Amino acid sequence: MATDLQTILPELILAVYAMLALVGAVYTGKDNLTGPITWLTAGLMAVLALWIGTGSAGSTQAFGGMFLSDAYARFAKVAILIAGAAVLLSGQEAVARRGLGRFEYPLLIALATVGMMMMVSAGDLMSLYLGLELQSLALYVVAAMNRDSVKSTEAGMKYFVLGALSSGLLLYGASLTYGYAGTTLFSGIIGAATGGEISLGLLIGLVFVSAGLAFKISAVPFHMWTPDVYEGAPTPVTAFFATAPKLAAMGLFARVLFDAFGGAVGDWQQIISLMAILSMALGAVAAIGQTNIKRLMAYSSISHMGFALMGLSAGTALGVQAMLVYMAIYLTMNVGTFAFIMSMERDGKPVTEIASLNQFAKGEPLKALAMLVLLFSLAGVPPMVGFFGKLYVLQAAVDAGLTWLAIGGVIASVISAFYYLRIVYFMYFGQTEGQAQAPMSPAAWVALMGSAAIMVLGVVNLFGIETAAAQAAQALVN
Amino acid sequence: MTVADFAFYAFAVTTLVGGLFTVLARNPVHSVLWLIMAFIGSAGLFVVLGAEFLAMLLMIVYVGAVAVLFLFVVMMLDVDFAELKAGMAKYMPLALLIAVVLLMQMGMIYGTWQFADGAEAARRAVTPDMTEVENTAALGQLIYDDYFLLFQLSGLVLLVAMIGAIVLTLRHRKDIKRQDVLAQMYRDPAKALELVDVKPGQGL
Amino acid sequence: MEDLLREYLPIVIFLAVAVGLGLVLVLAAAVLAVRHPDPEKVSAYECGFNAFDDARMKFDVRFYLVSILFIIFDLEIAFLFPWAVAFKDVGMIGFWSMMVFLAVLTIGFAYEWKKGALEWE
Repeated sequence: MATDLQTILPELILAVYAMLALVGAVYTGKDNLTGPITWLTAGLMAVLALWIGTGSAGSTQAFGGMFLSDAYARFAKVAILIAGAAVLLSGQEAVARRGLGRFEYPLLIALATVGMMMMVSAGDLMSLYLGLELQSLALYVVAAMNRDSVKSTEAGMKYFVLGALSSGLLLYGASLTYGYAGTTLFSGIIGAATGGEISLGLLIGLVFVSAGLAFKISAVPFHMWTPDVYEGAPTPVTAFFATAPKLAAMGLFARVLFDAFGGAVGDWQQIISLMAILSMALGAVAAIGQTNIKRLMAYSSISHMGFALMGLSAGTALGVQAMLVYMAIYLTMNVGTFAFIMSMERDGKPVTEIASLNQFAKGEPLKALAMLVLLFSLAGVPPMVGFFGKLYVLQAAVDAGLTWLAIGGVIASVISAFYYLRIVYFMYFGQTEGQAQAPMSPAAWVALMGSAAIMVLGVVNLFGIETAAAQAAQALVN
Repeated sequence: MTVADFAFYAFAVTTLVGGLFTVLARNPVHSVLWLIMAFIGSAGLFVVLGAEFLAMLLMIVYVGAVAVLFLFVVMMLDVDFAELKAGMAKYMPLALLIAVVLLMQMGMIYGTWQFADGAEAARRAVTPDMTEVENTAALGQLIYDDYFLLFQLSGLVLLVAMIGAIVLTLRHRKDIKRQDVLAQMYRDPAKALELVDVKPGQGL
Repeated sequence: MEDLLREYLPIVIFLAVAVGLGLVLVLAAAVLAVRHPDPEKVSAYECGFNAFDDARMKFDVRFYLVSILFIIFDLEIAFLFPWAVAFKDVGMIGFWSMMVFLAVLTIGFAYEWKKGALEWE
């Protein structure tokens, strides 16, 4: 028990902190403490990331295999914690400005982060589900945080109903899997699922589990909630949705596919590659007509999830490595992009129309340049880091013999470049003046400039993330 | 047909009929009542399986609390039922298609179902011997020790649910008078009362 | 299995009697009672007025908050049952794991108390 608790110490610390801060805040300053609590939460998350990142190597498991701590989980946790902290800090001022500054917000994010850390460490269908629910429940609440806005409430409602549906699918699949294998432990399921041909019951279980998880990463055809929720939720919350939970769900997905269904790669490869090509295509095409930048980012995230799934569909260690690198780059890009979107306003009111960015570069050339870099990177234009992420997953797909998928990815990438570049065009050569400004807090400024700088400087060696991702992939696929 | 078979079919029919009319009932309040019947039917099924604790849980939590909450929600919403019905007709073909697909899948599973080698042994390995320990006690032996992590996680989920419900629905009204118990208890006549000797013919 | 179900026999008999008696009383009214309905007699009576609107009225959202808080503590109680039943077997870890669980929910309780969620007005 003592060693078990030691293994989950980071999660434990974050959860205990969230509870103590909750009680502390409600008995003292209440909403006046939102700012300090946000900084404290983000600081703690950063410290935990550092600790996990530099902590002991090797794989341990706790609670009879329900909780796995290996290089893969550590990689995902570090990324989740850093992205969560960055979004919290860069959004803090925007939250306060919109009058959403309630002390529960950073604490719900902290509890959601605990859930996400559980997700990527899950070694059992039950801990998977509880981690997922802890994360989702907190996110449903923050989506509807701005409860006086009809759109925000609607976003929370839609997210909740569809999330509950996806949980239902997941549980149905999980119960079939348990029925077949007689255990919920991944190590037991993989033992029952070896030998090429898997039983029909297990196959249908696999399909339902995949469908449930595909909802969470918003892969086509389970993406419908994404644009509405992204648009309706308060922008700082959208920024969070687009980053850490995506990585957590993707990490969980890979964990389930390799740890539990690793004996049936051929079976899930079809599902994943189909979802990948559909997501890339729909994300690329549907974003073209969008006038709202948050909706556009929603379709953009669907498309990016398609690319990450392409890495996963390879079914190899290289594929997982590519997926992890891709997700890490995606997270960095989105932190920066959303730091900008959060600060967009006209006459002191927040705006999200793309048209309002017309001629933005004239007023604020530096921020426009940073956005240009980020948008180029999102599009995958060669000198930026985003290009290397795409290259990685394409390579993994080709290596695994999925050339058709890689070709589809290239085509989708070219199509999607259009709408990213259109924003750049508006910012530099827009016809009328859009009058948008982007007054930023220092934290948001650092997030925007930092991620733009990473997109350029990372070209040298991707900051050594490749080796870490390779180790993580090795820990997962063996 | 043994008694157990009979009980199973009776409860199964109750559950299915309850579920069916939950969807078909015109009045949403009736839907909730049918839902309660479905809950009771499935509680019966749990009893037939020997999972008595789950049966009682279903009665206490679902029938006793969740169904009441559903009634509140149904009554809280200002829903135009005619409009809803129209929407239902529109999506009916799709819903039927999905239902048929699900049914076929279940049929396929039922037809070819097989357990993995050792599934039964794996199932028995974690649970206490059911011939010696009764259902509730067996659960008790598992949840708090072997499933410590899951148990605490569900505590956290409940905590988040609590915070969420308060964050989303609680409005603190400022325009009303509240009782402050401590202030009342600290109050003493020396501070609260002032005796003034009012001279005749003068006001205060 | 048969033994288990036999233990429920008294409840089944009780339910059968209850349902039977209820049916008999309802049916007896239908069969024996004198009925001469006319539109005025069967219309809803509201202090001499025609009915104003639907009998179902909208609830305040505060009812919802109270009931969801109730459900959460209801579930907490549900977790206490097996713990109490297996108390002799759960050992120290089992004991403390329940204490931690209760502490987590007590934190929630302290929060909602101070927030004023338990006050009506």
